[in-house]
Amino acid sequence: MKFNNNFKRQVNHPMSVTQQLINNQSYKLKTTSLTGILVAGVFFADKCRAEYGINFPPPAADVAQEIYNIHMLTMQITTVLLLIVFGFVFYSLYYHRKSRGFQADQDFHNSWFGNWSWVVVPVMVLGVDLTIAGKADAVLKKVWDVPKAENILDVKVTGHQWWWEFDYLDHGIKVESRYVPEKESGDLYLREVDNRLVLPTGQKIRFLHTSADVLHAFWVPELAVKKDAIPGYVTETWAELNREGVFRGQCAELCGTWHSRMPIVVESVSPQQFATWVDDQKAIKVAAAAEASADKTWSMDELMAKGKTLYDTKCAACHQVTGVGLPPAFPALKGSAMATGSIEAHLEIVIKGKEGTAMQPWGSLNDLEIAAIVTYERNAWDNNTGDVVQPSDVKQAR
Amino acid sequence: MTTTTLNHDEAHHHDMPTGWRRWLFSTNHKDIGTLYLLFALTMLFLGGASAMLIRLELFQPGIQLLDPDLYNNLVTNHALIMIFGAVMPAAAGLANWMIPMMIGAPDMALPRMNNLSFWILPAAATMLILSFIVPFFPGGGTQINTGWTLYPPLSVQVGMSMDFLIFAIHLLGISSVLASINIIVTLLNMRAPGMTLMTMPMFCWTWLVTAFLLILVVPVLAGGVTMLLFDRHFGTSFFDAAGGGDPVLFQHLFWFFGHPEVYILLLPSIGVLSHVIPAFSRKPLFGYKSMVGAMLTVATIGMVVWAHHQYTIGMSLGAVTYFMIGTILISIPVGLMIFNFIATMWRGAMTFETPMLFAVAIVLMFTFGGLSGVMLAVVPADMQYHDSMFVVAHFHYVLMPGAVFGLFAGVFYWLPKWTGHMYDETLGKIFFWTNVIGFNITFFPQHFLGLAGMPRRIVDYNMMFTEFNVISSIGAIIFGLSHLLLLYIVIKTIRGGKKAESRAWEGAKGLEWELDSPPAFHTWTVAPQIK
Ligand code: HEM
Ligand SMILES: [Cu+2]
Repeated sequence: MKFNNNFKRQVNHPMSVTQQLINNQSYKLKTTSLTGILVAGVFFADKCRAEYGINFPPPAADVAQEIYNIHMLTMQITTVLLLIVFGFVFYSLYYHRKSRGFQADQDFHNSWFGNWSWVVVPVMVLGVDLTIAGKADAVLKKVWDVPKAENILDVKVTGHQWWWEFDYLDHGIKVESRYVPEKESGDLYLREVDNRLVLPTGQKIRFLHTSADVLHAFWVPELAVKKDAIPGYVTETWAELNREGVFRGQCAELCGTWHSRMPIVVESVSPQQFATWVDDQKAIKVAAAAEASADKTWSMDELMAKGKTLYDTKCAACHQVTGVGLPPAFPALKGSAMATGSIEAHLEIVIKGKEGTAMQPWGSLNDLEIAAIVTYERNAWDNNTGDVVQPSDVKQAR
Repeated sequence: MTTTTLNHDEAHHHDMPTGWRRWLFSTNHKDIGTLYLLFALTMLFLGGASAMLIRLELFQPGIQLLDPDLYNNLVTNHALIMIFGAVMPAAAGLANWMIPMMIGAPDMALPRMNNLSFWILPAAATMLILSFIVPFFPGGGTQINTGWTLYPPLSVQVGMSMDFLIFAIHLLGISSVLASINIIVTLLNMRAPGMTLMTMPMFCWTWLVTAFLLILVVPVLAGGVTMLLFDRHFGTSFFDAAGGGDPVLFQHLFWFFGHPEVYILLLPSIGVLSHVIPAFSRKPLFGYKSMVGAMLTVATIGMVVWAHHQYTIGMSLGAVTYFMIGTILISIPVGLMIFNFIATMWRGAMTFETPMLFAVAIVLMFTFGGLSGVMLAVVPADMQYHDSMFVVAHFHYVLMPGAVFGLFAGVFYWLPKWTGHMYDETLGKIFFWTNVIGFNITFFPQHFLGLAGMPRRIVDYNMMFTEFNVISSIGAIIFGLSHLLLLYIVIKTIRGGKKAESRAWEGAKGLEWELDSPPAFHTWTVAPQIK
């Protein structure tokens, strides 16, 4: 097992599978008439949200709750304004029609109202605007004011094409989070990941957002956090979870081919459970490091087995499990010059990536992992070069 | 408005050309207007076809029809074709036809340039369409999977089709700027004696403001995409952080153009409404001056609120607060415009022919879209709405009524003038109802999808989003197909129908209604005198 726990392991995690399913179920629309939904949607969204996915899911943080409230407030204000406008228009449509014999009032615009409405109307709208802006401003300040508390948990969130990397900076833990194919995720397809973002309740968490390639955006509705991941930038957001649960979001900024396959799953647990999880992760990491640095020569079979697992999770999104790629964006590896030619060039492109393309540098993997992947690529799918690349070769190539 | 000199086709100094020369070499504002409108109609169907494919793919969860890059290519193409190919040319077509007739001018001020600004368009459209199909050929590179916003670094990764697109945008920009110069010069110099700026028809005002906006912002977009071209091919790194550049800079350039662009799309239709509503309410436009003032305010504030499309990039608190308040304040002039329309209907003697039906629908639905805009302006909440289907719903509620329905209203209103025939009113009404109902079924549920957490521009979604996507796709089929009826009505009206009077509508006012229907090839060769 690698330093991040895989999907099966996650299933045993604090929240049970059934609970997760229930959690998900609750967003789904039950059978109700369309008009019912529409009416409900405008006015009673608040009450119906548990049954129908027509409003934000229930917030899981105090600031998120305030954002939710401001959303409901503006929605109610705008709904009232809308009804006023509709009221006047429909009154007029009914009474002021030629077929009812209504004579057009040619002097209407010369009345007092006609002369002053250009002042009256803007002042009224301004009043509404200031109400909204005033309420929003207070919440905005809180959202922007990232706390500088001592015991804040820093999580660096890096967007990649097409997975998320979560670095727990205080604990030296790194979690790679990828979507789970439909076969394994079933109803949660595109909302489930192999490794979740595990976070404690009751502690201020600071997210530091950046990207390794193109733009992405981290979005988890329950936390009311959305921030762009921009290469070259590090931006901050924060949250303090006030309840346990599993909260699902998705990448919100178009990031290329598999934009739809970048779910984010936050697993909110108690501080104790979080501490246990951190210890587990550290232990796994130590074991993996030991394995990689052991001065061992690996057999082809061992490398191929490791290589396949790693390739299928990390590389197959683009190059495909079958190695045929999706040309022209993602070249085939099966029978390619790169995977059957010089080992040095092959190692170089894996470690350094290729600029201007979606091929990113994979140098942050350890020597053993890269050795396994390269060995696998050189021998799988009838590439059969017979080359066995050892961790020591990788070390040299770096 | 009354005229002392009524002039019909007298004193032509050249004959009307015939055959293809009439169109290719045309310097006649009416013919060029027709060309613009036909071009826009073609593009409406192309853009509509891509929208239908998008909605068919989203009909069910899973990837059925389109692979992800093709899906995103369609999303990109749909937006660009509709904005630059359908709405802007259609508005320019109305301007060409109507402005000279409305202000008593014999033609546009710069007729040859007018020819050029139209004929650049087919070239631009060819480039745009090529950018879509080039990837299907061997060696054609990858598809444009960036969306119409073309954000780098993704747009730097795309293959050569992006270069086609960049050149298409250059050409479209040149065409718009030339057309704008022409419109400004015409409006400022060619008004009939006695017609002042503050008495010219409102449609002219809306286009005057639109033209200035275009000249101000289109070059910024052109600059932005040129920098992108340089980043792609000439080793610059304007938008590449690794080379000291800034990916967010492109977003600022894009939206500095992009936000005013939404008013560019909106204002000509506001102009149309300012004629249609008074005509069918049989009562003058309420608040002419406040309308002009509101429009100038929208244009001014609209130039300085662009970053409300970028609330999530990590601006400073001061900056987001400014952009939030600026954006919310836009509701004041926009609200005033809507108010003026309602006050024009108020105590009028209304009838509901097709143009008026569209006008009423616009007042109601555009208000709805504007109000969801106010919700979006609120930064903390927009941190949730942003890049979700809620935004897609918002901008379709403002753009479809605010731009497209306004153009439909204009087409139905002036078709009798252009063709000399009345269109079939029953068919017009059937078109209106299927169109408006289809539209609402398509876009209303998308608000819910966005709130429930569905991001925009995804090819595949979790089953929790199925129900509303199904409804939306069914609506889209009704909405899309209804446009075939529009095509039929237009063709039918061109070919024949009840003879239209010169004043085709009882309540219609303005110089254009004093000309024959259809008007002579050259009109107002002697300027009318406005008293
Ligand atoms: C009261 C007036 C309006 C306000 C306050 C407003 C506000 C906003 C805001 C804040 C956004 C950004 C949402 C996001 O991406 O998170 C937005 C998007 C948009 N708005 Fe509006 N809006 C208004 C009217 C209009 C009008 C009149 C139009 C066009 C006729 C328009 C067209 C658009 C478009 C096209 C987008 C989305 C562009 C994109 O992301 O692709 N809006 N609006
Ligand atoms: Cu905007």
